[in-house]
Amino acid sequence: MTAVRVFGVCAALAVGLGLFGLITNPQPLRKIIAFNILGSGVFLLFGIVGRHGAASGIGNDPVPQALVITGVVVAFAATALAIALLLQLFQRAGSATLRNGAPRSAGSDPPGG
Amino acid sequence: MSVATIFEIALAAVVLGLGIWTTAVRDTYSATVGFVVYGLLVALIWVRLDAVDVALTEAAISGGLGGVLLLGAAARVRDAGFMAAEAPGKAARVSAAALSMLTAAALTVAVFLLPDSASTLAPAVVAHAWATGLTNPVTNVLMAFRAMDTMLEKVVLLLALVGVWSLARDSAWGGRPGPRHQADPNGVLVFLARLLPPIGMVVGIYIFWTGADHPGGAFQGGAILASMWLLAIMAGLTDTPPVNRRRLRLLLVAGPGLFLVVGLGGLWFGAAFLAYSPALAKPALLLAGTPERSAQQ
Amino acid sequence: MPSPSPTLDATTSTGFLLVLSIVVPVAGVLLAFVLGDRYARLVAFAVIPLGLAVTVAILVVLPQSDGPIVYLLGAWPPPLGIALRADGLSAVMLAATAAVICTVAVFAAADFSVATGNTRAPFAFWILLLATWAALSTIFLAGDLFSLYVALELLTFAAVPLVSLEGRTETLRAAMRYLLFALFGSVLYLLGTALLYALHGTLDVVLLSRGVSAEPAGLIAAALMTTGLLAKTALFPLHLWLPPAHAGAPSAASAILSGLVVKGSFFVIVRLWFNVMPGLPSSTAMQLLAALGAAAIVLGSIVALCQERLKLLIAYSTVAQIGYLFLMFPLALGAGKLESGGALAGGLLQTISHATAKAAMFMSAGSIYATLGQDRIAGLCGIGRRLPISVLAFALGGLALMGLPPGAGYLAKELLLQAAAERGQWWWALALQTGGFFTGAYVVLVLTYAMAPATEPMRVNKTVPRIAELAALALALCSLLLGLVPWSAYLPIPNGDELERLRLGAFLKMLIPLLGGAVLAVLLGRLELPIRGSPSWKAMLAAISPIRRASLASGALVERCDNVLRQWPTACICLLSLAAAFAAAMRIAF
Repeated sequence: MTAVRVFGVCAALAVGLGLFGLITNPQPLRKIIAFNILGSGVFLLFGIVGRHGAASGIGNDPVPQALVITGVVVAFAATALAIALLLQLFQRAGSATLRNGAPRSAGSDPPGG
Repeated sequence: MSVATIFEIALAAVVLGLGIWTTAVRDTYSATVGFVVYGLLVALIWVRLDAVDVALTEAAISGGLGGVLLLGAAARVRDAGFMAAEAPGKAARVSAAALSMLTAAALTVAVFLLPDSASTLAPAVVAHAWATGLTNPVTNVLMAFRAMDTMLEKVVLLLALVGVWSLARDSAWGGRPGPRHQADPNGVLVFLARLLPPIGMVVGIYIFWTGADHPGGAFQGGAILASMWLLAIMAGLTDTPPVNRRRLRLLLVAGPGLFLVVGLGGLWFGAAFLAYSPALAKPALLLAGTPERSAQQ
Repeated sequence: MPSPSPTLDATTSTGFLLVLSIVVPVAGVLLAFVLGDRYARLVAFAVIPLGLAVTVAILVVLPQSDGPIVYLLGAWPPPLGIALRADGLSAVMLAATAAVICTVAVFAAADFSVATGNTRAPFAFWILLLATWAALSTIFLAGDLFSLYVALELLTFAAVPLVSLEGRTETLRAAMRYLLFALFGSVLYLLGTALLYALHGTLDVVLLSRGVSAEPAGLIAAALMTTGLLAKTALFPLHLWLPPAHAGAPSAASAILSGLVVKGSFFVIVRLWFNVMPGLPSSTAMQLLAALGAAAIVLGSIVALCQERLKLLIAYSTVAQIGYLFLMFPLALGAGKLESGGALAGGLLQTISHATAKAAMFMSAGSIYATLGQDRIAGLCGIGRRLPISVLAFALGGLALMGLPPGAGYLAKELLLQAAAERGQWWWALALQTGGFFTGAYVVLVLTYAMAPATEPMRVNKTVPRIAELAALALALCSLLLGLVPWSAYLPIPNGDELERLRLGAFLKMLIPLLGGAVLAVLLGRLELPIRGSPSWKAMLAAISPIRRASLASGALVERCDNVLRQWPTACICLLSLAAAFAAAMRIAF
C-alpha cells in the first residue's frame, strides 16, 4: 500500500462523499460545502497522479500541481459567487430555498424585457 | 507496513471521518467549521504527497479564505428549520448513495490500475527550467509553460468579482459593500487584528517573493495578505473600499493586465505570446486577487 | 477537419490571429472594468469591431492554409506547453459567435446605456458580454483539455450573473441553480481530465488522439467528461436549470445564453469525441446520446406548447433544439472514426443555424415584452400591427429553425438525412422529420396569436427603438441566408455544390412541417386559438375535440414528467446514472 494507493482511495471516497452531499442536502450552503469536498477529492486525484509521476529528482510531477493550484483558485471564485448569490437570495426572499416554483406561474409581470 | 504507511492511513481515515461528519451533521454552522478543519488536514495530505506549493494554496485559499466566506454565510443564513421539509425522500437518498459509491468505486479501480511506468512531464519541466531561471518547477509551469491558464484564471477571478458586484441593489451601487463591522474593542478579535497583520504581511510578502525558487508563490502570498486585510475589516478597524473607486479597480486589473501586456510584448519582440522572463512580471503578478476577497464581505 | 494533424510543432505564419481572437475581448473586459460604469458600453463598442475584424481575417486565411492554423503559446510545444488550433469547425463557430455578439450589442445598446441613471446593469452587462466572447474564443481555439476547463468556467461565470442581472428573486434562484449544476458538470469534466493525464501524461488534444484506447480508466474518463458537459449543455434529462434561467434573464442576455453559451460546452463534446477520443468503442454510446436528443426534441416541444409565456416557450424550444444537435453523433461517428463528414458538417450547420435563429427570436420577444410590458402569449393579439419588424424577425427565425431553404438549418437537415440514409439508421431520419413538425407547431402557435387582430386596445408600455428591431431582423435574415455561404471550405461537406440542392421542390417540402405543425398546435396547444369562428371551423373543432382532450391529457402528463425531472435530486441522479450508462455502453459496444 503505497502513499498513492492510500490517498487515492481517500480521494475517491471524498469524491463520493461530495457527490452525495451535493445531491441530497436541500440547503444551498451545504451544497456549496459538498461541492468543495468534491473538488478537494478531484484535486487529490491529480495529486496522486503527480506523485505517481515523480521523476528527475522532484517528488511530485509539477504539471498536475500547477493544474491543482489553478483549480483551487477557480473553485474559490465559484464558492465566492455562489455565496454572494445565496446571501442575496436569502436577503430578498427570506429563505434560501431552491425549490422550483411552477414554471408557468406568471406571478408579477415585471417591466422591461 | 512501515510507520509512514500507518501514518498515512491514519491521516486519510481522520480526513474522511471529518468529511463524513461535515456532510451528515445537522447544524450548518458546525458543518462549516468541520469543512475548515477538513481543508487544513487535506493540506497535510498534500505535504505528504510532496506537493508543498499545493498544500500552501489549499490551506490558504480553499480552507482559509473559502472557510471565512462560508462561516460568514453560515452565520447569516439561518433557515435550516424551514428547509428540513425539503429533504429528498428515501428512494432518492438511497439511489444517490448507490451512485456516489459506484463513482467512488470506479475511481478506486482507476487508481489501482494506474500504469506502472508513469507518464509524467517532470523530466521535461526540469529540462526546460533554463528558460526562466527560476528553480521552483511549479512556478515555472504556472508562469511560463502554462501561462495562458494562469492569465485566464486571473480573468476568471475578476469576472467572479464583477458577478458578485452585479448582485448589489441599484440603490447601493457604487458604495461600500457593507457597513463597518462592530467588534468589542477589548475583545480577542480586535487584539489579534492589531497584532497579526504586521507579521502576516511580512510572511505574505515573503511567500509571494520566494515562490520563484522555493515552495510558495503569488496566489498563496496574496491569500495571506488578503486575510490580513480581512481581519482588519472584520474587527472594524477599517472600512471595505467602495466599489467605484478608480484606484481599487486599477489595482484589481493590474494582475491580469500586466500579464497581458508582458505577454503581448513577447509576441512583438520575443518568440511568441507569453514567452517572457517571469522575473520581470513577478512584482505585480498577484495584486488582482488580494483586495478582491476582502471586498466580498 | 478532424484528423490527427501532423502540424504539431509549428506555429503557422498567421497563428497570431488566434492569439488576437482571445486577447482582444480580454483586453476589452479589463479596460471596461477600469474605466468604470459610464464607459463600459463605449469600450464594448470599440472592441467589438476589432474582434469582428480578427474573426473575418481568420475566415479568410483558413482556406488558404494547408491544414489548421496553429499557434504555440510561449513557443513551448505540447505536451509541455499549450497550443491554439483553428480548424474548419473552429472557424465556423467563431463566425457565428461574432455575428450574434455584434447584433446583440446593437440590440442592447439602448437597454443598457447609462442614460437611465442606473449604472450597475450596464457596467455588468457589457463586461459579461465581452467575457462571454473571450471564453467562447478560447473554447473554439484551445488545444489543451485543461485550458478548455478554465475557459468553460470563465463562460459559466460570465453567464450566471447575466441570468440574475435584473435582480428579481426568481432570477436569483434560477442563477443559483444554474451555477451549482454547471459547477457539478465542470467538476466531473475535471475528474475525467485527471484520469486522462494519468494514462497519457499529456492533455493536448492532438497528442491524446494518438494514444487513447479502450482502457477502463479511459472509458470512465470519457463517460464522466461527456456527462459533465451534457449537464452544462442542458440536454434532456439534465435541463432543469435552463427554462427559468433563459426566460428570466433580460432579453439580450437570453439571446446570448440560448444562442451561444450552451454551444460552448457542446463544442467541447464535439472536440472530445471527434478529435481526442475517436478510437473509443462508441457506437452504442452514440446511439444513447442521440436517443437523449430525440427525447429532448419531443419533451421540449410538447412542454413548449403548454406554456403561457412567450419567453418560456422559446426557452423550452431551446431545450428541444439542443436535442437536435446531438442527432449527428451516431450518424457521423462509427467504429472509432469519422464515418460521415456530411453528418458532422450537418451538425455544425444546425448549431450555427440555431445560434443565430434563436438569438433573433429572443431579441424579437424582448422587443414585444418591452412594448407590452408582459409576454403572455394570449395577450399577443394585435402585436403584428404594432411591431411588424419584430414579428417578422420571429417568423423568419422560426422558419429558419424548421429548415426553410436557403437557411443553414435546411442544409443541415439535408446533410443529416443523407447521412442517415447512407448509414441505414432510418430511425434518426424519423426523429429529424418529427422535430420539424414540432418546431412548426410552436412557431405557428405564436404567429397565429401575433397576427390576430387585437380584441381590446393595446396598452403600450414603452417604445422600442427601431434599431433594436432591425438588429433582430438582421440576425434572422442572416440565419435564413446562411445556406448560401460556401461552407465546403471549412466543413467536410460531401459533394460541395450546395446550391444545387436548392430546388423549388425544397420550398414545397416546407409546407409539410408547417401543416403538420399547425395540426399539432391545434391538438396540443393549451390556449384557444384566436381564429375568427366560422361555422365550419367550429364544427371541425367539435369533431376533433375528443382527440384534442386526449392529446391535451398526454401533454399534461409530459409536463408533469418534466416537473419531476427538474427537481434537483432527480436531475443529479439522472446525471450520475447517465455516466454509468455511458461507461457500460462503451464496455459492451457492438
